[in-house]
Amino acid sequence: MTRLWSYGALAIGILYFLLPLYGMSEFSLRMIRGEYSLQAYYVVLGDARFQATFGYSVLMALVTIVFGVLLVVPTAFWVRLKLPGLRPYIEFITLLPLVIPSIVIVFGYIRLYNTSSWLPLTGTAMGTNILLMFGYATLALPYMYRAVDTGLRTIDVATLTEAAQSLGAGWSVILARIILPNVLGAVLSGAFLTFAIVIGEFTMAALLDRPAFGPYMQLLGANRAYEPAALAVIAFAITWACMGLIQLVTRFSKHNRVAR
Amino acid sequence: MANSSPARRRLPLTWLGVVPFFVFVGLFLLLPTLYIVVGAFRTPGGEFTFDNIIALNTPSILSAYWVSIKISFWSALLGCLIGFAMAAAITVGKGPRWMRDPLLTFSGVASNFAGVPLAFAFIATIGPAGIITLYLRTEFGINLRLMGFNLLSTLGLVITYLFFQIPLMILIITPALDGLKREWREAAAILGATNAQYWRKVAFPILFPSILGTMALLFANAFGAVATAIALTGPSLNIAPILLYAQIRGDVLGSPNLGYALAFGMIVITGVANTAYIVLRARSERWLK
Repeated sequence: MTRLWSYGALAIGILYFLLPLYGMSEFSLRMIRGEYSLQAYYVVLGDARFQATFGYSVLMALVTIVFGVLLVVPTAFWVRLKLPGLRPYIEFITLLPLVIPSIVIVFGYIRLYNTSSWLPLTGTAMGTNILLMFGYATLALPYMYRAVDTGLRTIDVATLTEAAQSLGAGWSVILARIILPNVLGAVLSGAFLTFAIVIGEFTMAALLDRPAFGPYMQLLGANRAYEPAALAVIAFAITWACMGLIQLVTRFSKHNRVAR
Repeated sequence: MANSSPARRRLPLTWLGVVPFFVFVGLFLLLPTLYIVVGAFRTPGGEFTFDNIIALNTPSILSAYWVSIKISFWSALLGCLIGFAMAAAITVGKGPRWMRDPLLTFSGVASNFAGVPLAFAFIATIGPAGIITLYLRTEFGINLRLMGFNLLSTLGLVITYLFFQIPLMILIITPALDGLKREWREAAAILGATNAQYWRKVAFPILFPSILGTMALLFANAFGAVATAIALTGPSLNIAPILLYAQIRGDVLGSPNLGYALAFGMIVITGVANTAYIVLRARSERWLK
């Protein structure tokens, strides 16, 4: 009976997951009537707006990752080393982006940083890009911070720092050459997750009116039949690749570490 | 640890290291949210008022909240039940053990596969011209549309949201199921308990805070989802996030401060759900650690 239940639950669940994946794949191949073809993919990949928006989102993701690492790694390191009392507060703050819907955060941006405010970021295209990047960094904060903090837990931060200091290293050297390499696996995990989140993000980019991949997909979905399915397949592949890379990195950094 | 270099001993400057972080979250997380919250309690002239909150009490706004709550509730409940059944099958149940790692990996992917592409996948599958819809009609003569099914509806959104809700449940509840100690089951068996009694009197009470807590998290997760809903239904479905989206784009409510109140209501609902999650998780850690 238990066996029947177990297999039954798995079968129903897996069927539910596979059908939409099958549906979008099959649908994406049907652009030419009566035969299977990759026509929808050619059309999508050849679309200049696809290339432009996809490039824009990739660039935004990379900049967000760099900014996130520069913000989170020194902070998490410093808190572990010097201000452990702050940890619960920082942890709480970093979880807030999961509590406050992103649409509310971007609503606040639009009102707080509009052209007539003290910091008119939305006045120029570059300013809006920067604002959107900060928004993405905020969305990624819970994942990035937790990944890095978990990574720091596995190393002896205090001893490493003192050893480096007694050899004459300054803070930037300690961070760049001691701490970062030691938590590289965690940082990369956070980075790939950030990439997966940013690449298809819709709400913030649409409301800040930036030519990102998410709004482009939505626009295409409202006007076309087969291309959206091809986009869904591409987006799923990207998500899958990011998660696969995270597993790879985690496994690699585990093998790399001396057992303690 | 004490400050090691004598030059630093004069002034406590350690707090300087966290200034960038606090400036960033202050400017781009806390202040924007605070601005919305304060705006919800202000007149356009800047005076304190409850009028915006009271003005939420119109049939169209209330129904937007209500439909949102219904969608979030049902997708959270079903996500919990199905996710729990699947996680139980690969951990404590009699399901195939080799499926554990693939299922967890897939859950990691699927829980992040949300937004616009997810809507496309479901439109291609059970939308008006979707693969399954057409297959059922041509092969079995079942017309989903005539049966009253419409993907662009509350039910359609629930079915679509489950695609990221179930995996999230699996990811969160699997460690909790792993935490059930074999000794508890054996002790129950020695005392003469049947399998059903063990589940009802031992395992389920231990897991209950985790399950309820995760359900609260799933609820908040669905409540804040904007992209999937917009890509699926366009601006046609009256739910809270879509209404707020339209309000930000074009002030459809006719009052900016009413928009703040709408957003404030969303924060309150997701805030309550997340608080429930945190409280219940702390409770569940008494047994499962």
